[in-house]
Amino acid sequence: MSDLETFRAETRAWLDKNCPDSIRTPMPEREMPWGGRNAKYPNPDTKIWMDNMASRGWTAPTWPAEYGGGGLSKEENKVLQEELARIKARPALTSFGLWMLGPALLEFASEEQKKKYIGEIVRGEIRWCQGYSEPGAGSDLAGLQTKAEDKGDHYLVNGQKVWTSYADQCDWIFCLVRTDNSVKHDGISFLLIDMDDPGVEARPIKLISGSSPFCETFLTDVKVPKENLVGELNKGWTIAKRLLEHERSMISGMGMGAGAASMGGMEAVAKENFGTDGERIADPSIRSAIADHKMDQQAFGLTMKRASEQAKAGQGMGAAASMFKYYGTEVNKRRFELLLDVMGTQALGWEGEGFDSKELAVTRSWLRSKGNSIEGGTSEVQLNVIAKRVLGLPTA
Amino acid sequence: MAFVLSEEQTMLRDMAKQFFSEQVPVTNLRKLRDDESDDGFDRDVWKQIVELGFAGILIPEDLGGTGFGPMGIGIVMQEAGRTLAASPLYSTAILGAGMIMAAGSESQKKDLLPQVAAGELLLALAIDEANHHNPLNIAMTATKDGGDFVLNGEKRFVIDGHTADKLIVAARTSGTSGDAQGISTFLVDADTAGVSITRTLMVDTRNAANIAFDNVKIPAVALLGGLDAAYPELENVLDMGRVCLSAEMLGGIETVFDTTLTYLKERKQFDAIIGTFQALQHRAAEMFCEVEICQSVVLDALSALEERRNDIPRAASLAKARLSEASRLITNEGVQMHGGIGMTDAVDVGLFLKRARVQAQMLGDANFHRSRYADLGGY
Repeated sequence: MSDLETFRAETRAWLDKNCPDSIRTPMPEREMPWGGRNAKYPNPDTKIWMDNMASRGWTAPTWPAEYGGGGLSKEENKVLQEELARIKARPALTSFGLWMLGPALLEFASEEQKKKYIGEIVRGEIRWCQGYSEPGAGSDLAGLQTKAEDKGDHYLVNGQKVWTSYADQCDWIFCLVRTDNSVKHDGISFLLIDMDDPGVEARPIKLISGSSPFCETFLTDVKVPKENLVGELNKGWTIAKRLLEHERSMISGMGMGAGAASMGGMEAVAKENFGTDGERIADPSIRSAIADHKMDQQAFGLTMKRASEQAKAGQGMGAAASMFKYYGTEVNKRRFELLLDVMGTQALGWEGEGFDSKELAVTRSWLRSKGNSIEGGTSEVQLNVIAKRVLGLPTA
Repeated sequence: MAFVLSEEQTMLRDMAKQFFSEQVPVTNLRKLRDDESDDGFDRDVWKQIVELGFAGILIPEDLGGTGFGPMGIGIVMQEAGRTLAASPLYSTAILGAGMIMAAGSESQKKDLLPQVAAGELLLALAIDEANHHNPLNIAMTATKDGGDFVLNGEKRFVIDGHTADKLIVAARTSGTSGDAQGISTFLVDADTAGVSITRTLMVDTRNAANIAFDNVKIPAVALLGGLDAAYPELENVLDMGRVCLSAEMLGGIETVFDTTLTYLKERKQFDAIIGTFQALQHRAAEMFCEVEICQSVVLDALSALEERRNDIPRAASLAKARLSEASRLITNEGVQMHGGIGMTDAVDVGLFLKRARVQAQMLGDANFHRSRYADLGGY
C-alpha cells in the first residue's frame, strides 16, 4: 500500500470513530460551528466534532503542525477532504480566523504571535472579525482614520469601524489603524484587539434583507498592548491587501455554492409558471434568459477550473482574484434577478402565510446578493485593479 | 489537464503563430481583396499550409495525415484567426475531411483523405438553404433513378463553394424539411452537369457561394454514409466545425483586444493618454474578463472533442454562442475606442469587425446556439 492509501485507510477509520452521526446530516444555519468564547451549541455534537478535528489540527489541515495545524501535504489534504465528503461531514469549524486572518498571520506574524493565535484559531477558541471599512473609508479603504497613538508601552486607539461581520458575537478584531497621518498607504498598521477590552462596543446594522450580519464597531480610548502589532509599524497595507485576496476568492465562490444548487429548479419553476411547448418553456424570452444565465454560470465555472489547473502548472492567470470577484458576484446578482422574473410575486414575500420557506429564502437572498458586488471591494474597484495591474493602463 | 497545453501542443502553437504572423499577415487578405483575386485565397500560402501538415491535421497518419486531432486544428485555427488568414483549411481540412472520416466508406477514405492531406483536393460542405443556419431544414431532394441519384435544389452560403473540387451536399432522400431522418450526404464533383455555382462577395472578403442543382445526376457510389441516416454524423462534424470556428474567432478577438489596448496607451486627448480615463478603463477590464471566459469555453470544447466526451453538443453550443456575442462586443468596442481612425479602412479593426459578423452567422449564431443549449438541457 502506498503512503497515501495508508493515510486514507487510517483517516477513514478515525472519521468513522470520531465523526458523530448527527454531523453527517445537512447543517441548519443555527448549528454553524463559529466557535469562540461565547459559542452556543444547540447540538452538542457540533462541539465534540470541532474538538475531535482540532485535536489533530484538521480544522486547518495544511497549516504547519508546530503551531497547531494539521501539517498535511496537499495530497493528504485532498484525501482528507474526499473522505469528509464521502461521509457528508459538516465543516468542523467555520471562521474568519481560518479563512482570512490565519493565512496572513502565518505569512507576516512574529514567532510568539503565531504560537499564541494560530492555535486558538485551529481550536475554535477565539472568534475573529475584521475591522477594515470605516464610515469615511469604503472603496477608498486606505483613507481610514481610526488612529492608534504610541503611548510608550501601549497604543491608544480611537475611531469607528463599520461592516464588521458578526462583531457583536466575536471575541477579537483584526484592525487596520492609522499610525502616521503624513502619508496614506504607508501610514497604516495591522493591530489585533481583544473586544472585551474597555472602550470597544459593537452595534448590529439592520440590512435591506432584514438580517444583521454586520455591525458598527466603536473604539474609544482602547489600550492595546504593543505586542499586538502584526508585522512592522506602518506596513499594514501589505497585509491588508493579501487578506483581501483571500476574502475576494471566498466571496466570488458564493455564486457557485449554495446558490448554484437552487439553479436546477429554475427551469422547472418556469415550466410550471409559463407552461410548456413540448419540452420547452413556452415563454421564449424567459427560456432564452435562463439559457443565457446557465451558459454564463458554466463559462464562469470553466474559467475557475482553468485558473486552478493553470496555477497547478505554474502559469498564473494574473489578477484572477479580482476577475472572479467581479464576474462571480455579477453573475450571482443576475441569477437572483432572473429568479424574480421566473417566480413572479412568489419571490417577493416577506414573511408569514402564502409563501413556503424556500420562496421566502429567495426574497432574502436576492436582497443579500446586492452586497456581493460591494463587500470585499466593489465591482468598480475590481475593474480598477484589472485595468491597472493586469492591463497596465496608466494612472491619470 | 484539459486547460493546459502539452509540450507538443505548445510547439504546434508557436509554429502556427510564427507562420501566420510572418507569412500570412492581414496584408495578405487586403491584397486578395484589392487584387480582386479569383480564388479568394493565395495558392502559395495554401501550399505552405499543406507542407506544415495542417491540411492533414485531423487525418490519421496511415492516410497521409499528421493525426494531431481536434486540439491541434483548434490551435492552428486560433492563430489563423489572429491574422484573418484566408485559406481552404476550414472547408477542406475540417468540415470536408471531417465528414469523409465520420461517414465515408473504407474506399472513400483511402481514395480521398490522402489527397486532402496533400492539398490536392479542395472540398466544400453545402448545408444551408435559408438566411439562417439550420441543418434540419433541408428541402433539397435526391431522388433515386435506377442506379443513380438525381439532385434538385439550392444551397446558400457554401463556404469556399466556388473553389472546391468536390462538394459534400446534404439532401433529402425521404421525409420533409425539419426531420432528421431522411437526410443523406453526397459527394458531387463541382463540374458535374447541372451544378451552377455563383460566388457571393461577402463583407469579410472571404469565400462563399450560392449553388443551384438542376437535375444533377450522380452515381450511387457518391453516397457518403448511410441512406436517410447521415444526420448524426453530419451533426458531429458541424459541432467540430463550430468549435474550430470558435477557436478562430478567439484569435480574432484577442488581436482586436490587444490592438485596442495598445491604442488606449498611446492616443492623447485633453493632454492625457486616453487609457487614464476610467470610463475606458472599466470597459477595457470588462473586455479582458470576456476574453478570459472565451478562452475557457473554447479550450473546454476542444478538449470535449479531443476526449470524445458525451457533452460535445453542449460544449460546442456554449462556445459558439459565447464567441458570437463576445466578438460582437469586442469588435464594436474596438472600433469605438479607436474613434474616427477606427472607421477607416487604413486600420485593421474594421476588417475584424466584418469578419466577426460573418463568423457569427456560420454554423449557427448566438440565438441558434442558445436555443440548442436550452433544448439539450431539457427546457
